[in-house]
Amino acid sequence: MTWGDTDIQTLQRQADRRRRLGRFGLYAGAILFAFLAAFPFSWALISMFKQSSDLYVKENNPFWFNEAPTLEHMRLLFLETNYLTFIRNTIFVGLVVTAITLLIALPAAYALARLRLRWGERLGIAIFLVYLIPPTLLFIPMTRVITNLGLQESLWSLILVYPTITIPISAWLLMGFFKGIPMDLEEQAMVDGHSRMGAIARVVLPLMFPGIIAVVVFAFTLSAHEFIYALAFNKSSAVKTIATGVPTELIRGDVFFWQSLQGAVILIAVPIALLFNAFLDRFIKGFTMGAVKG
Amino acid sequence: MTTTKERKERYLGDNPRFLAGLFMSPAVLYIIALVGFPFILAIVYAFTDISTGNPELDFVGWATFNRVLDDPVFREALWNTFLFAVIANVLVVVLATALAEILIRDFKGKWLVRFLVLLPWVAPVSLATITWLWTLDSIFSPIDWVLRQVGLITENMYWLGRPGTAMTSVIAVQTWRIVPLAAVIVLAGLIAIPSDITDAVAVDGAGFWRRMFQVTIPLLAPIIAVAVLFGVILTISDMSVVYVLTRGGPTNSTQVLSTWAFIKGIEGGALAQGAAVALFLLPVLIGITAVVLRLARRREVM
Repeated sequence: MTWGDTDIQTLQRQADRRRRLGRFGLYAGAILFAFLAAFPFSWALISMFKQSSDLYVKENNPFWFNEAPTLEHMRLLFLETNYLTFIRNTIFVGLVVTAITLLIALPAAYALARLRLRWGERLGIAIFLVYLIPPTLLFIPMTRVITNLGLQESLWSLILVYPTITIPISAWLLMGFFKGIPMDLEEQAMVDGHSRMGAIARVVLPLMFPGIIAVVVFAFTLSAHEFIYALAFNKSSAVKTIATGVPTELIRGDVFFWQSLQGAVILIAVPIALLFNAFLDRFIKGFTMGAVKG
Repeated sequence: MTTTKERKERYLGDNPRFLAGLFMSPAVLYIIALVGFPFILAIVYAFTDISTGNPELDFVGWATFNRVLDDPVFREALWNTFLFAVIANVLVVVLATALAEILIRDFKGKWLVRFLVLLPWVAPVSLATITWLWTLDSIFSPIDWVLRQVGLITENMYWLGRPGTAMTSVIAVQTWRIVPLAAVIVLAGLIAIPSDITDAVAVDGAGFWRRMFQVTIPLLAPIIAVAVLFGVILTISDMSVVYVLTRGGPTNSTQVLSTWAFIKGIEGGALAQGAAVALFLLPVLIGITAVVLRLARRREVM
């Protein structure tokens, strides 16, 4: 049996139509998801520049400027609230927590990925399981521990506790990155006369650099997100982070500083999202590699 | 001349056992001290009547649990936590799988879509929730504005002011926040499926939906399980969404275990009762742990 020209053309046209339908579905889906995800943020982006006489009119179009935009509420946010203090606190806590996390998780991840421990695999899973114990279960006794240590109302309480959240997940990620580096490289360095420590410092760590940066971003983001401990330990505004300071200090009783609030959210969310996006592929790689048997 | 053994262990750090102990102990000690110890303390607290006013550890047996269980607000919180987790996670699985199917394909403007889609997850939770607090405002909600414009409603919805709509809102916001994470997890699984499998099935003439339901989803099942795992832990243990949106109100209709533990234990100072409330999360967590361990043993995903 042979195919006539028309049959082939019909088949091609059908395939074309199906492909175009598929593309249409793809774009429609992508746009729908992007819209649903970004909707409250895009609206916040507009509201933050609105005048109060525009924002607080029920009949005004909420999606557009009915009166000229203003920077007044951004001025208020930066100069008359503790926003900058919250940002400074968050950065300080985030940096110290990230440093502690690397110091502790990096050797642990190396040992788990490389040293063929007798309990290695179980220990790796145990560390992963620690990540599954939520702060909700621990924050009440932890609050007492912090009080007994005299750390309440201080950023050091958060610095002490946040590594319990960041270490397990960072160790897991780093373990994945270590497994991605061929073992031959450091064995060769050891044959060449370096100690194992020397081989790690000279050969392995430079190759780990991209992975370490990814973990820095991840650990920093986690500590900036944390809410329960920060709310339970610290109540004075001088030691609040953005996660607790913005929701509690910019709302006083029933008075909401809405434009400033929206600005506070956007100015934090967008940079963190950009940073996170830049490293997303690396995170995925680290997590999946961590799951590969070493 | 030195023997190989001596040569090999010239430095103390070359002994793998010594090195393993040296490298693992800081992490293990940190976690025992600041996760293990508070965890045991949480269980101990639940059998005492400790409070901020009476910081002595007097054991009272099951009395604290009985007091907690007699409280109708607790029963409401327990039920809400369950409802919350089940509905949100069903929605999360469906939406995240669809989103991952989109994100694995190439299209114009993909980076922008990815950026926008991830926003709910990467923005600090309490801040992301604030944008919803305003979106669901009783007077100025833009959703209400749109509904009024198209003539569907004349009065405002008071989303967070009525039990039914408040619960719906809390579940929707939690779903909105977790879908990006779940999608990224599923995406990682999709990338791992060799494309020759799906290609071969496509060549054999299977259409998109058949490929989806008979090949892709069964292959994805283990990784979807991981996504659900994270989703369940986040929905049952996270208190920031509820705390920022409703603080458990109106009249405790959106109260969940985590917010109730916080309100009792920290704001009310009844540490023992707060600890007991939080402990009700434990059976679920143990169940999840069992699932993780099984997955790890099968080593399909872990």
